[in-house]
Amino acid sequence: MAEQNFAPMSRRSLFRMIGMAAGSAVMYQAMTDLGYAGESGYTGPTKLSGDVKGASVVVLGAGLAGLTAALELHNAGYKVQVLEYQHKAGGRNISIRGGDTVNELGGFKQQCQFDSGFYVNPGPMRIPYHHIALLDYCKRLNVPLEPFSIINYNAMIHNSKAFGGKAKRYREVETDFRGHISELLAKVTAQGKLDQAVSKEDAEVLLQALRAYGALDRNYEYKKGALVSNHRGYNVDPGGGLSWQPTDSDPMAMSELLQSRLWTGLLTGHEYEYQMTMFQPVGGMDMISAGFVRALPPDMIKYNCKVTEVKQDANGVTVSYVDAQKGGAVQTATANWCVNTIPATILSQVPMQIGAPLKNAINSLSYSAGFKAGVQMKRRWWEDDERIYGGITYTDQPVALISYPSTQFMQTQKGVVLGAYTFGPHAFELTSMSPEERMKVVVDCGAAIHPQYRTEFENGVSVGWHRMPWTLGCFAQWSEANRAKNYDALCAIDGRMVLAGEHASHLGAWQEGAIVSALDAIKRLHQRVVAA
Amino acid sequence: MKSAFVVMGSALLLGLSVSSGAYAQGAGAGGGRGGFTEQGGEAIFKNVCQGCHMPDAKGAVGAGMYPALAKNPKLEVAGYPVSVVVNGQKAMPALGGMFSDQQVADVVNYIRTHFGNNYKDKVTPADVKATRP
Ligand SMILES: Cc1cc2nc3c(=O)[nH]c(=O)nc-3n(C[C@H](O)[C@H](O)[C@H](O)COP(=O)(O)OP(=O)(O)OC[C@H]3O[C@@H](n4cnc5c(N)ncnc54)[C@H](O)[C@@H]3O)c2cc1C
Repeated sequence: MAEQNFAPMSRRSLFRMIGMAAGSAVMYQAMTDLGYAGESGYTGPTKLSGDVKGASVVVLGAGLAGLTAALELHNAGYKVQVLEYQHKAGGRNISIRGGDTVNELGGFKQQCQFDSGFYVNPGPMRIPYHHIALLDYCKRLNVPLEPFSIINYNAMIHNSKAFGGKAKRYREVETDFRGHISELLAKVTAQGKLDQAVSKEDAEVLLQALRAYGALDRNYEYKKGALVSNHRGYNVDPGGGLSWQPTDSDPMAMSELLQSRLWTGLLTGHEYEYQMTMFQPVGGMDMISAGFVRALPPDMIKYNCKVTEVKQDANGVTVSYVDAQKGGAVQTATANWCVNTIPATILSQVPMQIGAPLKNAINSLSYSAGFKAGVQMKRRWWEDDERIYGGITYTDQPVALISYPSTQFMQTQKGVVLGAYTFGPHAFELTSMSPEERMKVVVDCGAAIHPQYRTEFENGVSVGWHRMPWTLGCFAQWSEANRAKNYDALCAIDGRMVLAGEHASHLGAWQEGAIVSALDAIKRLHQRVVAA
Repeated sequence: MKSAFVVMGSALLLGLSVSSGAYAQGAGAGGGRGGFTEQGGEAIFKNVCQGCHMPDAKGAVGAGMYPALAKNPKLEVAGYPVSVVVNGQKAMPALGGMFSDQQVADVVNYIRTHFGNNYKDKVTPADVKATRP
């Protein structure tokens, strides 16, 4: 105790003291000042106060970054115009429904055949509970959310080279892995091999903990039995009357489990960005951009505008654009300021009057490959046959995972599963295929886990993100070294223009990153306007 | 921020090549493979390059564009395509970490002798090695 008084004060104990002395609101303010609270730095609805002196802003791109900037600048009194390449808003905040056309570069065209009411989210599909800016906008814009199931103990983990290619249930892998490592650790603890690391008193508690945590028997062994079945599930489940005698399931042997690599499928849902509770908008991810569009004055967004050049001088910005479909005559839009949210892959091809630091930063970014496919099934066999209600199955095959719908359990005859969500080499390869070739891979991989794919597959739609005409990839790949070198320059105001978007955030590849980057950019821009 | 390290850690365990911070959405399990397994220039072109440069190597135009490799005079100096494949350039990702020296040499040699290109000098794996950062 006495020692603690002399120890340097940790940030945490400092906060505790401030909290006790001044109440939690002050503590929260102190925490955010020190960059501690909330991963994204969001501290509540943006208030841009002060006279904007009739200033105008042109926003390039109507993804979530552009929409956020447009809404808040409009609310603050700016004259706002948005130029967007596509015929609709949202950018990567997108859902595909029956009747929608997916146009990929190279002339690959898919007409989604889903029945009405079904959709797939080919871009973002899940929202962490700590993405508070995005959640706040959903609340403000009346976008209803529902849970997205990230972990399902009854979903599968599959490796084509393990257990004869037969998938195991998440609960089996999870319990067995927990049990075996607990047994191992209990063994060395009991043998006194941890004496250097733990005191005798701690070792006693550790043994108790391992026994409970690992479902070990009284000899600290992880073994088939009622206790273990209570965690990993039964061979025959308990039932009523005389006919349903429960029988225990057989744990996997440790070596086989380790070598199978199935444990890799346990990790995702434990990471901060994937912890439960996760959310999705009811009816499709693009309900978020639809909410923004509802909140904006009609005609603020000009669609089908392909930005081709940005010029600026001491007074303002001139943006050149052409009709995205027909090309033709160059048109211009002028404003005092510009918020530019066009993805860096495209921006590096747009001539702009900007300084070398920003140019180098934009040029330093390429986007990761990513691939997703939605598959409509004639019936919800994953529920009816396998009792899988939402959640994700992982596999070592090219499709990487299968995500079952988190909603409408048992309510519809048909259903749409996400049949592929993959990065890296597999994503490059699947992107390189025609839509028909891709769907064959998706069905083959699915059938290796669920034979029902063969009979119940109805139709599907896929997106190879490098073929999306308006992003040329999934999201910006920042190496630590490049971030140290170029990130600040990417975000800095250059003359009359500031960049925003997922790529200009520390939350890359998340919608939250697009939103908080826009809020930060317009806050800095606004400071200049009112100070001028 | 912190999670980036955690995710990279699991990526390392999976034997993925950790070349970027692209794992924010990529953290999956078992589905990763570190590099490309295709052998020979044609197979590599058809399974990897044509995703963007298209099956006819003529590139494509949308809000931005992918350059054509067909009849492209920039391919004359072999060191240029080798460098672009290995180290990337603007929107073109650096693919060196996912290819062996042999694979890069093969695909560059393939592209430089197909699609209306007819450059006779060959790139060797040693040339590729020298281009790596
Ligand atoms: C496969 C995938 C999975 C993802 N998963 C998740 C997830 O689960 N959860 C999550 O929160 N986030 C996820 N994300 C990330 C999220 O989608 C992005 O971070 C976010 O939507 C980016 O918004 P933005 O406004 O920065 O860019 P965008 O949405 O790309 O907006 C840019 C806009 O600019 C337009 N544009 C482009 N070029 C021009 C031009 N020349 N002229 C005019 N306009 C132009 C585009 O059409 C587009 O509308 C995922 C992304 C992908 C691709």
